[in-house]
Amino acid sequence: MMTVTDLDCLRGQRRVLSGVSFALDAGDCLILRGPNGAGKTTLLRTLAGLSPAPRGALSTAPEDLVYTGHLDAVKPQLTVAENLTFWQGIYQNAPQDTLNSFDLDELADRPAATLSAGQKRRLGLARLHVSGRKIWLLDEPTTALDADHVARFTDTLQAHCNGGGIAIISTHLDIALPQARTLNVADFAARQDRTADEEADPFLQGAY
Amino acid sequence: MLALFKRDILLAVRSGGGFGLALAFFLILVMFVPFGIGPDRAVLARIAPGILWIGALLACLLSLDRVFQLDAEDGTLEALATSPIPLTGLVSAKAAAHWITTGLPLTLASAPLGYLLGLPSIGYVWLIASLGVGTVSLSFIGTFGAAITVGIKRGGLLLSLLVLPLYIPTLILGAHVVTRAVTGQNPTPSLALLCGLTLLTLALIPAAAAMALRANMR
Repeated sequence: MMTVTDLDCLRGQRRVLSGVSFALDAGDCLILRGPNGAGKTTLLRTLAGLSPAPRGALSTAPEDLVYTGHLDAVKPQLTVAENLTFWQGIYQNAPQDTLNSFDLDELADRPAATLSAGQKRRLGLARLHVSGRKIWLLDEPTTALDADHVARFTDTLQAHCNGGGIAIISTHLDIALPQARTLNVADFAARQDRTADEEADPFLQGAY
Repeated sequence: MLALFKRDILLAVRSGGGFGLALAFFLILVMFVPFGIGPDRAVLARIAPGILWIGALLACLLSLDRVFQLDAEDGTLEALATSPIPLTGLVSAKAAAHWITTGLPLTLASAPLGYLLGLPSIGYVWLIASLGVGTVSLSFIGTFGAAITVGIKRGGLLLSLLVLPLYIPTLILGAHVVTRAVTGQNPTPSLALLCGLTLLTLALIPAAAAMALRANMR
């Protein structure tokens, strides 16, 4: 259902990963591992279509994906409910139980500016649910979440995968999903950090 | 797109900055002109079209750096870029919301301010018409500048330097409409040219700004 073939990823002009390949079926969950700077975020951004892929193939359409990065995409001037209503309008999708599954019921009328970091993160993650999309790309989703809410989020992930969804997660924590597979991003580290353009550029030849 | 447009207006009203600042600046600038120039009504009436247009243009510039910057800082821009809304639609919705919160209030405020400067009565209709049409192009061109500078922290100065030269044709034509009306000439050709210019920016800017955003998000 989702195949990535021989994908190269760029960060700025630098080639960070090369030859990334994996295949996922409906219901699969892939955990990205690797030390800081290995390219987990870069891979997720490339999958999401935010960064260009100079080489390789991706079988999914951008309409299937939803991406959450390190930032929560939460507007402090709006209340929790207004933030969700906004994303419902953007995705033209209004699932009923979003507030409940992210434990935001009691916060619905609070301005997002008054939320704690963990509460804000939950509101950011609720956008995944609102999007109604099949493939979730998650960059460190459990940052700032307490143990209870990590467990609760894991349940939400499990429900998403059971419903035929796919999740690709970059994390340093263990997420207790039985079907989760692990991909060590460091295995695909690009052998050199020169870009193809730089190699072809006669003016830079002497620089290396 | 409608959701984004509504949210942007709501945010501008809630945070106050967008709405109030441009309007207050316009008000202050135009009210200060008689203090600087002197209370000679003939002189003021002659320079009124130019002053009103320059004032509106500079006021419009003030809130431009907020168009994408706030969304870029809290991650909303990336989330929107991967949402069902195309980037061209995102740019258009943003520019339209900027016009509603900046261009439209400036246009409406221009009439009483024209009175302060002793603008001849024939000029009011043309002043409102030219600003109404012209500020749309100011908002769209400004959105393009904001898209180019979105990755730069405190990019306000660069934004102004990029955008101001692009504002010159709009300024010349807009002020010309009012000047011609006030001096008894036919302002329609200038207004038609201004409309053409605005339509051109409406057609070109969304695509150009979307490309700039795409490049800045890499």
